[in-house]
Amino acid sequence: MQRNNNQNTDQREEPVPGMQQLLDNPFLLLLLGVLFPTVLYTVWGIIEVISIPTVTQ
Amino acid sequence: MSIMPPAQKIWWKEPIHGIEIMWIIIALIWCLILFLWMPYWHVYGKQNLSNESYKTSPELFEAKATKMAKAHTVRTESKSNIPVVHPPVGSDVYLLGRMWQWWPILELEKNKTYRLHISSVDWQHGFSLQPTNINLQILPGYEMVVTITPDQAGEFAIVCNEYCGVGHHTMLGKIYVK
Amino acid sequence: MAVKMFRQCPDSGLFFHKSAESLMKAHAVLGVVYLLIGGIFGLLVAATRMPTIHLLDAETFYLALSIHGTAILIFWVIFFEMAVLYFAASTLLRCRPATPGIGWIGFILMVLGSLLVMVAFLRGNSSVMFTSYVPMPAEPIFYLGLILFAVGALIGCFIFLGTLVIAKQEKTYDGSIPLVTFGALTAAIIAIFTIASGAIILIPTLLWSVGLISHIDPLVYRTIWWALGHSSQQINVSAHVSIWYAIAAIVFGAKPMSEKVSRTAFLLYILFLQLASAHHLLADPGIGSGWKVFNTSYAMYLAVLASMIHGLTVPGCIEVAQRKKGFNNGLFEWLQKAPWGNPVFSGMFISLIVFGFIGGITGVVMGTEQINLIIHNTIFVPGHFHATVAVGTTLAFMAISYFLIPVLFRRELIWPAACKWQPYIFGAGMLLLILFLLGAGTLGVPRRHWDVNFSDAALQFQFAGTAITMLGIAGLGGILASVGGAMFCLIAVGSLVFGKRLDPGASLLSSFGFPMADSSYTVERPTKLGLAPIEQTGAGGVEAKGTFVLALVFLATFVVYFFINAKYLSSIWPMS
Repeated sequence: MQRNNNQNTDQREEPVPGMQQLLDNPFLLLLLGVLFPTVLYTVWGIIEVISIPTVTQ
Repeated sequence: MSIMPPAQKIWWKEPIHGIEIMWIIIALIWCLILFLWMPYWHVYGKQNLSNESYKTSPELFEAKATKMAKAHTVRTESKSNIPVVHPPVGSDVYLLGRMWQWWPILELEKNKTYRLHISSVDWQHGFSLQPTNINLQILPGYEMVVTITPDQAGEFAIVCNEYCGVGHHTMLGKIYVK
Repeated sequence: MAVKMFRQCPDSGLFFHKSAESLMKAHAVLGVVYLLIGGIFGLLVAATRMPTIHLLDAETFYLALSIHGTAILIFWVIFFEMAVLYFAASTLLRCRPATPGIGWIGFILMVLGSLLVMVAFLRGNSSVMFTSYVPMPAEPIFYLGLILFAVGALIGCFIFLGTLVIAKQEKTYDGSIPLVTFGALTAAIIAIFTIASGAIILIPTLLWSVGLISHIDPLVYRTIWWALGHSSQQINVSAHVSIWYAIAAIVFGAKPMSEKVSRTAFLLYILFLQLASAHHLLADPGIGSGWKVFNTSYAMYLAVLASMIHGLTVPGCIEVAQRKKGFNNGLFEWLQKAPWGNPVFSGMFISLIVFGFIGGITGVVMGTEQINLIIHNTIFVPGHFHATVAVGTTLAFMAISYFLIPVLFRRELIWPAACKWQPYIFGAGMLLLILFLLGAGTLGVPRRHWDVNFSDAALQFQFAGTAITMLGIAGLGGILASVGGAMFCLIAVGSLVFGKRLDPGASLLSSFGFPMADSSYTVERPTKLGLAPIEQTGAGGVEAKGTFVLALVFLATFVVYFFINAKYLSSIWPMS
C-alpha cells in the first residue's frame, strides 16, 4: 500500500475512497439496510417483549 | 444533473458548499437536543410511561378487577348499573377494557397516587383519558401498570381510541376525581 | 440479428427500453387506479367525520376507512414506486431491464393480491383497517392478498437490483449511478426490509386465520407489523425525495450541491430510517424505554438529520441553478421567478414544503417518547401522515406524472388550465385537512372513530366545541382535496386516452402497458451515459442564501413547536 507512490497517478487510477466504494456497492448497502433495522429494531424489540414477566397471583 | 452520473469520477473528495456544512452542524445539534430531551424528561419530567407490565390472561385480569370492584363499590351508575369503585388511596386499581366499555367506573382522590392496572379481555383498545389527554395502547394478555396521580378534580371520560369493532364509538369509561 | 428495443424521447432525450417501458406504464396506471379507489373512499370518510354531514353508517364507515387506508398507503404508492424503480434503473441508466418476464409475474401477483384484499374488504367481514391488529380477525384472503402483493413487489425490487448489475456489467454508464437512481436504491432496500417483515408476521397470521395456529401474540404482532406498516411509508420518503431531485434536474437542470452530502444523507436513511417503526409502540406496555428512545429517535435522529439535509439541498440546488440563469437579486428572486404555472414544479415544491414543515415536524414531535402520550391514536396522527403521504409522496408522484405522460406515454396533457391549478387545489385542500386534524387531535379527538359525540353510548362525554368545529373544517378540506385528486385522475386517464399522440406509435393499448408500434423503437443500443458536465463555478461560487434563510425559518418553527408540546405534556396528570 505504501509503496505505490511512484506509480503514474493519473486521475483515473486514483484510488476510490472507502466511503465512495461503500456508496457505489448496492449489495453491501442492502446488507446494511436489512441488518441494522433487523438487529436494532426487530430482534431487540422481540427480546424486550419476551422478557416481560408473567403476572404473579 | 441529479439524473446523470456525478461530474467527477471521484466525487467523495469534492468540496462541500459552506451553507451545507453550516446547516449540517446546526441540524446535528438540534437532533442531539431532541435526543437528549427524552432521557432528561425521564429524570426531571413528571409524565413518563412506566415500563412495568406483565403477561397475564383475560380470565386472571377479569378476576382481579371483579374482586376489587366487589370490595370497594360505592354506588352504581347508568341503566346497565356499572359499579362506581372508590379504591383505597395508594392501592392497586384495575381497569378492564372490553367490547365496548371500560369497566368499572373509578372514583379517585385528588393529588393521591394509585397503581392503575389496565388490560383488555378481548381485542386491542385505546385508553384515552379526556380532557386531560393521556393515551395508552391496551392489549389483551398484557397488564400495563401506571402509577398515576390525578392533579385535577372533576369528571373524566375514557374514550376508546383504538378501533375495536362496530361498536367502538360507544366505548366510554369514566373516572371521577374528588 | 440485433433487435431495436430502445427509443429515445425527442423531448427529454431519455432512452426507454420496450420491456421496461411497458412495465412502467402498467404499474403507474394500476397505481392511479388505486389512487382513484382510495380517494373515493377517502371522500366518504371525510364526509362521515364531518359532524354536520355524518354520511355513512358505522359499519360502512369502518369498511370505507379500511379501504381508504390500504388502497392509498400500500397499493397506490407501491405500484407507483415500482414504476419509479424501473424508470430509475432502466431509463436513467440506459439499460435493458433484468428478466422483464419475471417482472410481469411480479406485476400479476401484485394485481391479484390487491384484488383479493379489495374483495375481502367489500365482502364486509374484514374491516380491520390498514393495521389489522390481532386478535381482530379478517378473512384469510385478506392476509393472502397482502402476502401475494408483497411477493410481487419484492420481485420488482430484485429486478431493480439486477438491472443495476447488468448496467454495470454492460457499461451502459460511466462513473457512479446518478443520485436519483441512488435514492431509488435506498427505496428498494427499505422495501426489501419492509416486505421481509411483512412476510414474517403475515404468514403466521394467515395460518392463524385458517385455524392452523391458535394464538398470535398482539405485542409481537404490533412490533413486527410496524416494521412493515411504517417502513412502507419510508419507501415513500426515499422515493419522493429522489423525485424531488429528479424534478430539480428536469425542470432547472440543477445538479446536486454536493454528491457526497446527498448520498450520505440517503445512507443515513438506509441505516436508520426504518427504526422509526417504533413511533407506533411508544404507548405500548412492557417494551423498555431504552429500546423506545433509541429506535423512536432513529438512532439519535440521524435519519431526521438526513431529511433536514435533503430539505436544504433540494431547494438549494434549484436556487443555485436559478441564480446561474441570472435570477440573482435579493434572497428570493430565484423562487419568485420559478415556473409556478408548471405543475411538475409547483407540485414538487408544495410537496417539499408541506412534507418538511408539517409532516416532518409533527412526526418528530409525536415520535418523542413522552410527548406521544398526548398524541397516540388521536386524529393528530392522520393529520401528520396526510402531510407526509398525501402531500409529500402523493403530490410528488402527481408532479412527476405530468412529466411522464408526455415523455413515457407519449401523449400530450389534456386540459392545460386544470393541470396548472390541480397541485394548488389538491395542496390547499390537504393543508386545510391536515391543520385542522392536527388541531382536533391536540384536543384529544380520537382517530378511526365514527361518532365523537357518542350519541348512542351508555355514558356521555362532550369534546370541546372547538374540536368539533375543527373536524368540520377538516372535512371541507378533505372535500376540496378530493376535487384536486379527481382532477388529477381525470387529467391522467384523459390524457392517456384522448391526449394528442406525440409518437405515431402511441396507441390506446400502449397507454395501458402494451408496447408502442415497432416503428417507435429505433435504437439498438443507446450511447453510453457520460458523466454530468463539470460546472464552471465551483462550490463557494454561487451560494444558496435564500434556501439557508428558509432552513432557519424551518428550524425556528421546529424548536417552537417542540417546546409548546413539551409544555402541554407537563400539564397532564403526573404518571410514572
